[in-house]
Amino acid sequence: MTEVAAHAGESLPAWSLPKDAVERISLPGQWPDRVTREWAWGSSTGAGARVCILDSGVEANHPLVGGLESTVAISLGENEEVVVTEDEEGDLSGHGTACAGIVRALAPACSLSSVRVLGAGFTGSGGVLLAGLRYAVEQGFDVINMSLSTTKKPFAAVLHELADSAYFRRTVLVASAHNMPVESYPWRFSSVISVGSHEEPDPFTFFYNPSPPVEFFGRGVNVEVAWLGGRSAAVSGNSFATPHLAGICALVLAKHPELTPFQLKSVLYLTATNVGGGT
Amino acid sequence: MTDNDDLRAAVAAGVTGSEEAFRALLGAIVEVARSIFGAKASSILLLDEEAEELVFAAVVGEGEETLVGMRFPAGTGIAGWVLATRTPLVIEDVDKDPRFASDVAEDTGYVPSGLMAAPLLFDERALGVLEVLDRPERSLFSLQEMELLGLFANQAAIAVDLLLRARAAERILDGGEGELSVVARLAASVNALEDRRRVAGLELLRNLAETLGAPPQL
Repeated sequence: MTEVAAHAGESLPAWSLPKDAVERISLPGQWPDRVTREWAWGSSTGAGARVCILDSGVEANHPLVGGLESTVAISLGENEEVVVTEDEEGDLSGHGTACAGIVRALAPACSLSSVRVLGAGFTGSGGVLLAGLRYAVEQGFDVINMSLSTTKKPFAAVLHELADSAYFRRTVLVASAHNMPVESYPWRFSSVISVGSHEEPDPFTFFYNPSPPVEFFGRGVNVEVAWLGGRSAAVSGNSFATPHLAGICALVLAKHPELTPFQLKSVLYLTATNVGGGT
Repeated sequence: MTDNDDLRAAVAAGVTGSEEAFRALLGAIVEVARSIFGAKASSILLLDEEAEELVFAAVVGEGEETLVGMRFPAGTGIAGWVLATRTPLVIEDVDKDPRFASDVAEDTGYVPSGLMAAPLLFDERALGVLEVLDRPERSLFSLQEMELLGLFANQAAIAVDLLLRARAAERILDGGEGELSVVARLAASVNALEDRRRVAGLELLRNLAETLGAPPQL
């Protein structure tokens, strides 16, 4: 299918563990008996973690965004081929800038990049979304913030594959759950961290949901965010809860870069406000 | 008047008034949405897929005199984001930035300081966007209102789907380019046959329907 999806050329090992190989998979650090927020991200600024905002573009010079490592726009060419260009238009709706500002507020020293998958025309937007996600996974970002979803079933299988590829390549995909009762993707896949909204005002308050498919609830109501033209706005929606969790992921990964997405999700669970993080 | 004309007239009678009726329904939906949220204005924008533009189909409050029929590119702005991502969102307390909601501002001079927008989703398609502009500042937004917005959007989506179906039927009646115009012509031809041949013709159509896998008639 794709390099990312199939790991072309990768030799397939036998998935078993001989006795003499046990040492080879020893973990690089011991977890404490009780995982606390202090252990998980205390004193972390996000420095070293690379976060991608897959959205409408980002206004790079907005004071609340604080600069971008890279910014590209994805489009489809005449023959449906994927075109990746330097993004010179910035943010076409304000949404990507808002998400970037939220991540920056939580993880001030992380690296932010923008992959714009919206605004290049409405038709084919599903294809652009897929191409953008594939590009972002190939870039090896630590965290991809995906405050959007598609309801188009034909895209679900490919999205699922991409989400799994990201998971195995240690790229955490943080995706918005849909606010409306419709089937959409990729947030429903178990390889991503799916996020809905709660109404609490604290950006570090997040809840684990024991009734999936939505796994976590982040701050998503009346959030002060960066907006177009260097301005600010108060916004609500799951798409703003998502970058809160993405920011927390960046903090944890900056402090514990060895964590796999599975381990990171476990840390989030153990430090959720309604599990062990409330104290 | 021939039988053929009778059939066309009968179908036309069912379809002709429907455009107005569905538009009235869309108007009623935005009216209720504005009223429930205590907002200054509310509108429904429909996606014109060919032109890749959003068109104001129903407007109540600020802009209702001028906005209906206005178009703007579907790929930009808040409505464009909501449409492309199929995700509702709420923005309030935006500074008076003319770029914000410029689709409304350019034509009316009215710049809202906030808006709620939800996609009109039907099956796997996004048909347009429902917007509610400038809720009163007295109340903070809550998740309950987001849910309410979604309910209105779902209702509007059903109305829009009916409107689009009625338009498609009209195109067929007008002898337009619609792929399925052959069905209307077929129905009209069979209906125009004299009794005995008409019975045989209907039997033929029933068999054809069965062959094509249509569900049996109840």
